[in-house]
Amino acid sequence: MPRVVVSGNEAVAFAVKLARVQVVAAYPITPQTTIVEKIAELVEKGELKARFINVESEHSAMAACIGAAAGGARTFTATSSQGLLYMSEMVFWAGGARLPIVMAVVNRSIAPPWSIWCDHNDAFAVRDAGWIQFWAESAQEAMDMVIQAYRVAEDEGVLLPAMVNLDGFYLSHAYEPVEVPEQQTVDRFLPEKTPAPYRIDVDKPMSYGTIANPDYYMEFRWKMQRAMDEAARVIREVDEEWGRLTGRSWGGLLEAYRCDDADVGIVLIGSWAGDAKEAVDRLRSRGVRAGVVRLRVTRPFPARELRDAVEGMSAVAVVDRSLSPGLPSVLAAEVKSALFNAKRRPVVRSFIAGLGGRDVSPKDFERIVECSLKEGPEEVTWIGLRGVTPW
Amino acid sequence: MVTVKQLPREEYWLPGHAACPGCPASLGLRMLGKALEGRFVLVVPAGCTTVIQGMYPKTPSRVPLLNIAFAASAAAATGLRAALELRGIDVPVVVWAGDGGTVDIGLQALSGAAERNEDILYICYDNEAYQNTGIQRSGATPPGAWTTTTPLGKRERRKVAPLIVAAHRVPYVATASIAYPLDFVEKVRKAVSKRGFKYIHLHAPCPTGWRFPPSETVEIGRLAVETGAWVLYEIEDGVLRLTGRSASLLDPARRKPLEEYLKRQGRFAHLFRPENEQLLELLKMDIQENWEAIRSALERGGRIL
Repeated sequence: MPRVVVSGNEAVAFAVKLARVQVVAAYPITPQTTIVEKIAELVEKGELKARFINVESEHSAMAACIGAAAGGARTFTATSSQGLLYMSEMVFWAGGARLPIVMAVVNRSIAPPWSIWCDHNDAFAVRDAGWIQFWAESAQEAMDMVIQAYRVAEDEGVLLPAMVNLDGFYLSHAYEPVEVPEQQTVDRFLPEKTPAPYRIDVDKPMSYGTIANPDYYMEFRWKMQRAMDEAARVIREVDEEWGRLTGRSWGGLLEAYRCDDADVGIVLIGSWAGDAKEAVDRLRSRGVRAGVVRLRVTRPFPARELRDAVEGMSAVAVVDRSLSPGLPSVLAAEVKSALFNAKRRPVVRSFIAGLGGRDVSPKDFERIVECSLKEGPEEVTWIGLRGVTPW
Repeated sequence: MVTVKQLPREEYWLPGHAACPGCPASLGLRMLGKALEGRFVLVVPAGCTTVIQGMYPKTPSRVPLLNIAFAASAAAATGLRAALELRGIDVPVVVWAGDGGTVDIGLQALSGAAERNEDILYICYDNEAYQNTGIQRSGATPPGAWTTTTPLGKRERRKVAPLIVAAHRVPYVATASIAYPLDFVEKVRKAVSKRGFKYIHLHAPCPTGWRFPPSETVEIGRLAVETGAWVLYEIEDGVLRLTGRSASLLDPARRKPLEEYLKRQGRFAHLFRPENEQLLELLKMDIQENWEAIRSALERGGRIL
């Protein structure tokens, strides 16, 4: 298995090639651009036999993916931030149409003020679109995740689009050693797409996306929910199978790091899990029993797995790299809702950090854990806010 | 020249659909089906046709039909075409969009697909307002026309969509009218015989929105052409040529008086009140300048650019 040093974005582009994607439609946006640039190069060189459509906007990028997926092609696009918001109407359409499109979202904050740096508000803005939402920690995981995402999305019991999130710049532009799986391995794992049951066929005409009156609409939505339930099972199985083939299994729906005997856990998504793990190692060397629960998937939300992972903990610190003004923590609210009916539930503390690319260090995570272990109100704490000391 | 007898007797748009009485879009869809003998895929953005096709789980369409969001049809057709090509399926992909979905909200995607010269046929059925949402003005509504959002008559001119598309230097652009079905069928067939982006702008008089009796749809369409308010032409590889009934109407003296067309429609009734003379003039100017552009192109051997 060749080992290369590539950026997270290049890792995604190689995954697209390995997955033998047939149609790519894209519009550039920082920090996503180098993904589609690399794919365009692979297509031009003939290394990937695909149609690369240079569309005039993200809205059209997703529309073209919808057309292509409905026509039976394996389809990919990538975007970030404003681009995801601009295509969001079509993102919902793809979810509702149950088309197994895979999209990389290189997470970037939302303007104004303009910011090209990382946070997670872009992907959370389309949280309810009916997409599976994966979150990578490393370039290697981003690559593996894209390949896994096609298997999950195209599973006949699932048939939902999947979004692979990777942190802007932290993952997209940082270079890491990555093991590239052999093409044969991927081909075995991800065979050429079997005919989708609903793809367009001139000899068997059907109407796709027609009007459903109140007698039917709700059942379509119910089926989406069923598909999400099914996706949770498929994600676990697919990750195990990938582990058998490549030696890399990522934990299924979530990764629990040093959680078995932990008193306190940090719950988060994305690349800064590495910093949190380092903080946990340091804390443990000082006798603080801490762990990290990194959600690999937020849709379907791994509620049962989360309950299992935090069982026995007295406190959980949820660190959001996003803000829902007026709530304000998206992930913490979801974690609380997942734990609400647990028999023994830990105190859930909510932290907002890293918005717009604000740096968060292992030291910050140490303080988050220490703060969570103290008695105090369960309010939201902002980390690194200039001129304000939260503790 | 196609004759009625040469058209298939087969119907590809079944009766019992949900169109208004006298609906021009359903007439157009019927002719489109016959023109391509049912071997094509339709892409339909939001609009009257979304409703005409009726409700799940039934549909009157005997060709596959991909519904898509309002602004997205040309891009969705692009992706669909690419997928069919990969599967070795060579049937036309046809967008069927209203004037709103074409000249307004869908213009960006249309322009993108035209610039890329995608191998699709884009048909705009132009009923000159957002008729599906209840008769609001569009970029294609003629000046002076009453709509619910221009209660005193539209004060702006209209976008000349066929020329906007032609400026992308695509291989084929044409105008047509539901009142001249054989001309339309011929243009559809010619369009799909070419590779690349094709565009047909189909004039579609709407009894509901234009305020005329549903039995007069075809008659009103014919009057639009005979008075010169609508012009039939095609632009093949950048060269314009008048077609059908319009071919002999370059000379204004040969056209029927415009009032014969306007007075049959409630949406123009207010134009004949003295205080609205300016609006009527604006409409006449709009029509005349359209003809002037055609005349000057013809003087250059039909070259439009």
